[in-house]
Amino acid sequence: MNLFDYLIAHPHEIVTLSVEHISLAGLSVGIAVLVGLPLGVAIARRPALARVVLGTVNSIHVVPSLALFGFLFAVPWIGDRAPRMAVLALSLYALLPILRNVCAGILGVDPAVVEAGRGLGLTARQLLLRVELPLALGVIVAGIRVAVVLAIGITTIAAAIGAGGLGELIFRGLAMVNDSLIFAGALPAAVLALFADLSLGWFEGRLREHV
Amino acid sequence: MGVATTDAAVAIRGASYHPPGGPLLVDSLTLDVPRGLTLVLLGRSGSGKTTTLKLMNRLLDPTAGDLQVEGRPANEWDPIRLRRHMGYVIQDVGLFPHYTVERNIGILPAVEGWPSVRTRERVHELMALVGLDSTLASRYPRELSGGQRQRVGVARALALDPPILLMDEPFGALDPLTRAELQGEFYRLQTRLGKTVVLVTHDLREALLLGSQIALLDGGRLAGCYAPAEFLSTSDPLAAAYRNAFAAGNEQHRLPPAPASGGVR
Repeated sequence: MNLFDYLIAHPHEIVTLSVEHISLAGLSVGIAVLVGLPLGVAIARRPALARVVLGTVNSIHVVPSLALFGFLFAVPWIGDRAPRMAVLALSLYALLPILRNVCAGILGVDPAVVEAGRGLGLTARQLLLRVELPLALGVIVAGIRVAVVLAIGITTIAAAIGAGGLGELIFRGLAMVNDSLIFAGALPAAVLALFADLSLGWFEGRLREHV
Repeated sequence: MGVATTDAAVAIRGASYHPPGGPLLVDSLTLDVPRGLTLVLLGRSGSGKTTTLKLMNRLLDPTAGDLQVEGRPANEWDPIRLRRHMGYVIQDVGLFPHYTVERNIGILPAVEGWPSVRTRERVHELMALVGLDSTLASRYPRELSGGQRQRVGVARALALDPPILLMDEPFGALDPLTRAELQGEFYRLQTRLGKTVVLVTHDLREALLLGSQIALLDGGRLAGCYAPAEFLSTSDPLAAAYRNAFAAGNEQHRLPPAPASGGVR
């Protein structure tokens, strides 16, 4: 079957592009977690702030990804290199599910448990690290899982601005009207997304066992 | 009535709590919690019992008036030190669902930086004290019965051996038999440990069984403070209403009246 032709003929290129793809998506989600975790905790404490922050981050999702990549050309330093633009745009997309789930996870902890912890004399920090975050972890990981799948998908579009990744094969295939080339980009990307989703889903299930 | 004495573990002086935009929950309350005894806060829902309890460990700060704990103004206490000086048990128990029984009971020793061997010894000592089999140490709260969970809650509150114990309807969520059993055990435990206990309840039977003094709250104000025997004879209409409701329940079902001192003693 000729769909697999390119895939079989160029294993080295597929691996290289897959690694690029994983790096772009992974770095983006990593940044989104680093920002989203403290920000999510902060907005869980302040409902007024939560509305503003979630509204702002939500509005980013309204911008089509291709257009967002384009807008970032104008940003100093970021606009100099395509992977920088890609990572920033992807981080912004990945931020929403993480932020939303950190906030929901913290707010979802049984109030009686938090109340008991405070009444016993745990400090705010001890309560957060020993009680609230561990209990919210299942929900937080669910958010990260959505972010990862989202990032792997949108990373294919980052190839349009020359950021690399498996999208390169897809765009090249589109330009050359070559199904085998499109397939060589799309199949590994789909497998990556599926694998990430399943493994994080398994991890999430383990975390929720005791909650 | 709550006469001001200097040897009160907790002394409440004209304290009010009025949250911004909400109703007045506690209204110029003056009350002493005598050292080593059990003070019951009795009243219907919304009478300010729980709020009064939260004023004691500074989960809430009074909007007027003040409180003294161990002779020292409550607002001069570091809230964390103050709370660790007072055990806290609530109706929903609030056990940490992701911690085993052992870690639940050992949470305060752990954050106080006790060596793990000492924490473990203390946990097993406490489990024996509250009547929990040591094989339950590795269980999670959801694997326990309601009565067992409540015992874990009491053990957890006692971990640092606090001189004062605050209990908010600790037996409220239990079935009647388990409740009576735990009330009886708690009475014996209290007799042995001699803690100062403040117990919130709306159950007259529990108040009479466990209380050295019963403070009757109504609409955030103190309606009266009585010894159990006084409570049964006072002409205060609210106390009388409680007695009548209690007696009606017994007569309706043709049961002999429950002994005032409680048969479980």
